[in-house]
Amino acid sequence: MECVFGLVGNDFAVVAADTSAVHSILVHKSNEDKIMILDSHKLVAASGESGDRVQFTEYIQKNVALYQFRNGIPLTTAAAANFTRGELATALRKNPYSVNILLAGYDKETGPSLYYIDYIATLHKVDKGAFGYGSYFSLAMMDRHYHSGMTVEEAIDLVDKCIAEIRSRLVVAPPNFVIKIVDKDGAREYAWRESVKDAAVASA
Amino acid sequence: MARYDRAITVFSPDGHLFQVEYALEAVRKGNAAVGVRGTDIVVLGVEKKSAAKLQDSRSVRKIVNLDDHIALACAGLKADARVLINRARIECQSHRLTVEDPVTVEYITRYIAGLQQKYTQSGGVRPFGLSTLIVGFDPYSGVPSLYQTDPSGTFSAWKANATGRNSNSIREFLEKNYKETSGQETVKLAIRALLEVVESGGKNIEVAVMTKEGLRQLDEAEIDAIAAEIEAEKEATEAAKKAPPKEK
Repeated sequence: MECVFGLVGNDFAVVAADTSAVHSILVHKSNEDKIMILDSHKLVAASGESGDRVQFTEYIQKNVALYQFRNGIPLTTAAAANFTRGELATALRKNPYSVNILLAGYDKETGPSLYYIDYIATLHKVDKGAFGYGSYFSLAMMDRHYHSGMTVEEAIDLVDKCIAEIRSRLVVAPPNFVIKIVDKDGAREYAWRESVKDAAVASA
Repeated sequence: MARYDRAITVFSPDGHLFQVEYALEAVRKGNAAVGVRGTDIVVLGVEKKSAAKLQDSRSVRKIVNLDDHIALACAGLKADARVLINRARIECQSHRLTVEDPVTVEYITRYIAGLQQKYTQSGGVRPFGLSTLIVGFDPYSGVPSLYQTDPSGTFSAWKANATGRNSNSIREFLEKNYKETSGQETVKLAIRALLEVVESGGKNIEVAVMTKEGLRQLDEAEIDAIAAEIEAEKEATEAAKKAPPKEK
């Protein structure tokens, strides 16, 4: 029931992901951050098997960093997306990763972009995308309200609309979401949307 | 003697590994490199041979970063350096991936030295013909460090050191003039040391500064300015020496 979605605005891209870590009927925690800051101007929102998710995204992150040290300049978002897809494709017919990824990035020359990469190594450059059962609701919501060149306020409003829809219509809706944004100033956390806070651990 | 330098794995009767010593000769022919450690900063300086007119000097970077907090300068065979630097960069990321921590300066130095040693004990290979100066800040303690490795695979930490051409003169200068410094004073000391053996001017030396914030390459104008300061200070001390005898 993991929900990940994102969209591209006028000079930024925003992604949102639920923050529940679930194993069968047990919720391990509800503040798991599934959106990794890949480098200064890229975000990777991932959903799927949690072991694969962490393993694969960290592997991509370290290889992207290595490229930057070797070559003195960072990878473009498109290059990072294609590299990611390539790794998924190579592993696919041997030892596949069960990870779906939305890769959002900002390049000085080409502006913001969003890439849809699913677990069987599909790659699409998109304006809006979503994974999981929540995608039935968030994609519909975005289809209705999205237009190109949205401002940050409009985009966050749309994200909130999607979260509201997921919360009200998905049977086991995740309670909390994290929203991250990437623009010319870099990738950073934007906000959390929490309806259930993890209780603080009581001291002994 | 000639029979003992053909294959790397052979000791000479008097306990020498000639290939390793010949590699050290290659280092002695390489450009001068100096490293100075301060309290909050580490400075690397490298002699730049005058660039060929048609060469794009930006493509010849002699001080490279291995990670956000580690930098390396070397003297010797630059092609060998490329290989070592690539392996070190991979190890820096691999370390971050497996233990979720950046490398310490000592760890990566030990890794590079270990690599250099491997090639002194294998069949059919020759040692890497370079000595490295590795600088950086340890990730959590924030302590600055300077290490040196050589073709034999030995390494140690230094307050200040030099390698490559005329490294003995530079080291003598540093031994005489080293004291705990910080910030710009450390940069001046490093440039003064390098100017002992290199023609003055921003065109002939490359200087980079490692602080807690990361590596920063100084541009020609900055180096020229500091070199000018050093010249002025030298002239002032010369004048001061000459002045007292005149006062009667």
